[in-house]
Amino acid sequence: MDFPTFLIQLLNSVQYGLLLFMLAAGLTLIFGIMGVVNLAHGSFYMLGAYLAYSLSGLLGSLTLALMVGTLLAVAFGLALEWLLFRHFYQRDHLDQVLLTFGLIYVFEELRSMLWGDDVHGVAIPALLGDAIPLTDNLSYPVYRLFMSAVCVALALGLYLLISKTRLGMKIRAGAANREMAEALGINIKLIHAIVFAIGVGLAAVAGMIAAPVSSVYPNMGSQVLIMCFVVVVIGGIGSVRGALVAALLVGLVDTFGKVLLPAVSGMLVYMLMAAVLLWKPEGLFKQ
Amino acid sequence: MRTRFAFTALAGALALAATATQAQNQAPLKVGFMLPATGTFAALGDMIEKGFKLHVEEQGGKLGGRTLQFFKVDDESDPSKATDNVNKLIKRDQVDVIVGTVHSGVALAMARAAKDSKTLLIVPNAGADAITGPQCAPNIFRSSFSNWQPGYATGVIAAQKGYKRAMTITWNYAAGAETVKGFTEAFEKGGGKVMKDLNLPFPNVEFQALLTEIAALKPDAVACFFAGGGAAKFITDYAAAGLKGKIPLYGSGFLTEGMLDAAGPAADGIMTTLHYGDSIETPRNKAFRLAYAKTFKLQPDVYAVQGYDTGLLLVHGANAVKGDLNNKPALYKAMETVTIDSPRGKWAMSKSHNPVQDMYLRVVEKKENKVIGVAAKALADSGAGCKMG
Repeated sequence: MDFPTFLIQLLNSVQYGLLLFMLAAGLTLIFGIMGVVNLAHGSFYMLGAYLAYSLSGLLGSLTLALMVGTLLAVAFGLALEWLLFRHFYQRDHLDQVLLTFGLIYVFEELRSMLWGDDVHGVAIPALLGDAIPLTDNLSYPVYRLFMSAVCVALALGLYLLISKTRLGMKIRAGAANREMAEALGINIKLIHAIVFAIGVGLAAVAGMIAAPVSSVYPNMGSQVLIMCFVVVVIGGIGSVRGALVAALLVGLVDTFGKVLLPAVSGMLVYMLMAAVLLWKPEGLFKQ
Repeated sequence: MRTRFAFTALAGALALAATATQAQNQAPLKVGFMLPATGTFAALGDMIEKGFKLHVEEQGGKLGGRTLQFFKVDDESDPSKATDNVNKLIKRDQVDVIVGTVHSGVALAMARAAKDSKTLLIVPNAGADAITGPQCAPNIFRSSFSNWQPGYATGVIAAQKGYKRAMTITWNYAAGAETVKGFTEAFEKGGGKVMKDLNLPFPNVEFQALLTEIAALKPDAVACFFAGGGAAKFITDYAAAGLKGKIPLYGSGFLTEGMLDAAGPAADGIMTTLHYGDSIETPRNKAFRLAYAKTFKLQPDVYAVQGYDTGLLLVHGANAVKGDLNNKPALYKAMETVTIDSPRGKWAMSKSHNPVQDMYLRVVEKKENKVIGVAAKALADSGAGCKMG
């Protein structure tokens, strides 16, 4: 592999890692703060992708679709939390797993009724449709840079929200000691609803910005879900910083594994996970 | 007195037996569908079932004089449940014939169960070479294709174009590996050389790293196997990486089935080979397409044709034995020697029960797979490893 190719592959791995982070961040937040194992997280990614497909057709622009879609996804997250999830925070993990596993099927069936079982494509906005020529026959799509930029911006926003704002302080307080936070007058129910909605929103945004390059198809959530869990486990369950490091690490191993060791590329990420768990059983960043 | 009684009893028993056989032949023929009704392949299962039923309706709803009773199991495209699912049809419903399925892993498990129980099995899609190879049996037939066939036809075309260095890219599973094997065999026979095989786990769709590798190695052509949602994504990624128009892309026809709307202009110019194309200009195909569209308000595709041909095959067999599907030697003989007059063109059964058929060369133009020729005439899978008996 020559140096330019190496650099491009590095870019590929960072972009993939950032997208994984968007999903894993919500998953790890929801677990870290409410203690819910959410197997239906992949469905929110799928929901985002289908929203991008429907709304961009309806509104004629992906940017508008992104905005409206994010609002819809957050509203959906709030409703779902209010209807179902808040009744499960105190239940044990088996109940939560049964609930969220069942939800995967419910969402798939709803998706089938609403959108059918066909594969759909979402057009890349004309403004971002170009590719930057890098070598004589390889170009890098501008849209992928845009995806990375959105992910970085959201990651930064999430970091600022949690560590620098009053709301973030309350979230951290609630995660550290629920009873004490409640005793101090923090409306913990509201905090939980907000965190859940943020998690759903992040996953849906990931689905929406990925839709133009990944196309939109049934079951698309289940593929990313497994990778998300790997990221969360490597990073340390509940740690957003851990999820970021782990997502980039997984992106790196996956990308270079495919190119350098194609025969075992499918296993490499899981071997990484096993190695990390042997070294640090609670993940890289214990919360 | 006693003898007369014995005679009457015997006559009575014989009459009873005769009505029993009569009743059995008049009893509905049990057809078990084991197809995906949920999951990624649900739409494919639906097309197959409709195709089959269209031909049964053309026969007045009867096979060899017997009415039909349908049993259905959703196989969920899940190989781990396949043996349980197929046994529901074999043991619980005791069907006379099983039709299924789409997913190769599930179909292999079905073939094993059918071989053990000697139940007639017709495979209307799954292309795993082994079904009509090492797993073959007198009671197992395929009305679709083997993975090797479209792969081989693609290799023939790439070699004819004079390409010398090719790369392959696919999911690391049976259908992908077998298609690539067919391509490599024909391409290297024709004087080319496959430089590198790229693959990724099924159904992973992060192609970017591999596309960078293709751009770095600059082959004359790329051959691939992907299907469904992954195919749409591969095609758009291939174009977005700037490879479209620089390195020609070839594939098994499943690459461009059912996803051309999703892929959009990125798919234009892709050459694929398959045993069917919507635009085959024969009266047979046109009549079929019209009937299917009229009956189901749905445009048929290759899966519908495969389902329809399953119907043709079974009707021919059942008529030859007048509906007595227990007359197995005669039934199998009829199914082995038939020439099916299919919308895809005429095809015959190979010794290992796989279609010997023309593979068409198609090119994508304006969201349509346009048939532009025949890549390989009457292509037969060798059925390597098949021992009937």
